[in-house]
Amino acid sequence: MEILLFGITKDIVGNDTLHLGDNASIRTVSDLRKWLLAKYPAMGELRSLAIAVDNRFAEDSDPVHPAAELALIPPVSGG
Amino acid sequence: MLIRIVDHIDLNEAYEYLQSPTAGAVNLFIGTVRNQSNDKQVVQLSFETYHSMALKQMEKLALEAQEKWKLDKVVILHVEGEKKVGEPVVLIGVSSAHRQASFEACRFLIDELKETVPIWKKEFFEDKSVWVNAHP
Repeated sequence: MEILLFGITKDIVGNDTLHLGDNASIRTVSDLRKWLLAKYPAMGELRSLAIAVDNRFAEDSDPVHPAAELALIPPVSGG
Repeated sequence: MLIRIVDHIDLNEAYEYLQSPTAGAVNLFIGTVRNQSNDKQVVQLSFETYHSMALKQMEKLALEAQEKWKLDKVVILHVEGEKKVGEPVVLIGVSSAHRQASFEACRFLIDELKETVPIWKKEFFEDKSVWVNAHP
C-alpha cells in the first residue's frame, strides 16, 4: 500500500509518498490512522488529519483496499 | 460549469464563460495574496493541490450550489505553484437571472472551498516558511 502525502504531512514524513508494505493489520481507515499516529506523533499535533480513499473523504469505518488511492489530507488552506 | 486548477487566473476567460442571455447578474469573487499574516511580512506564497481530488471536490460544490439556487453558470478557478503579493489565487464566478442567487452562491462556494477542497498554502516570510492552518 502507498499513501500520497500533501502539505505538512510531506514535511513530517520527509517524502511525498509513504509505503506501508503488506501491512495486514491495517484494514480500515481507523487502523491506518492509529498506525500513522504511532509512527509519526507529529501528525497528532495537527489541527486535523483527514484520510481520502479514491479521491473522497473517508469515514473511520471505511475499508482500506490495497488497490485504492490513499492520501493524507492535513488542514486545507486554499482560497 | 468551468472548474480548473491553473497557473494564472484569466479574468476575461471567466467573464466570457459566465455571460448568458438569461443572466441579469454576474458575480465574481477574487481572492488575492495579502502582504501580511499575523503582522509579519509575507514575501511569497506557494499553493500545492491534490489535483484529482481538488477538481472533484470543486465540481461537487458547484453541483450543490446549482441545487440550492437557480444559476446560469458557475466558474471555479484556483492556482497552484508560487505566487507573489497581489496576485489572484482563486476566482469564483456565478451568473443568474437575479442578483440574490449569484451573491449567495458565490459566498457559499468560497466558504466551502476554504473548508473542504484539498489545497494547501505555504507562506514564506523573511526568515521561515509555514503551512497555513496546519497547527491549532
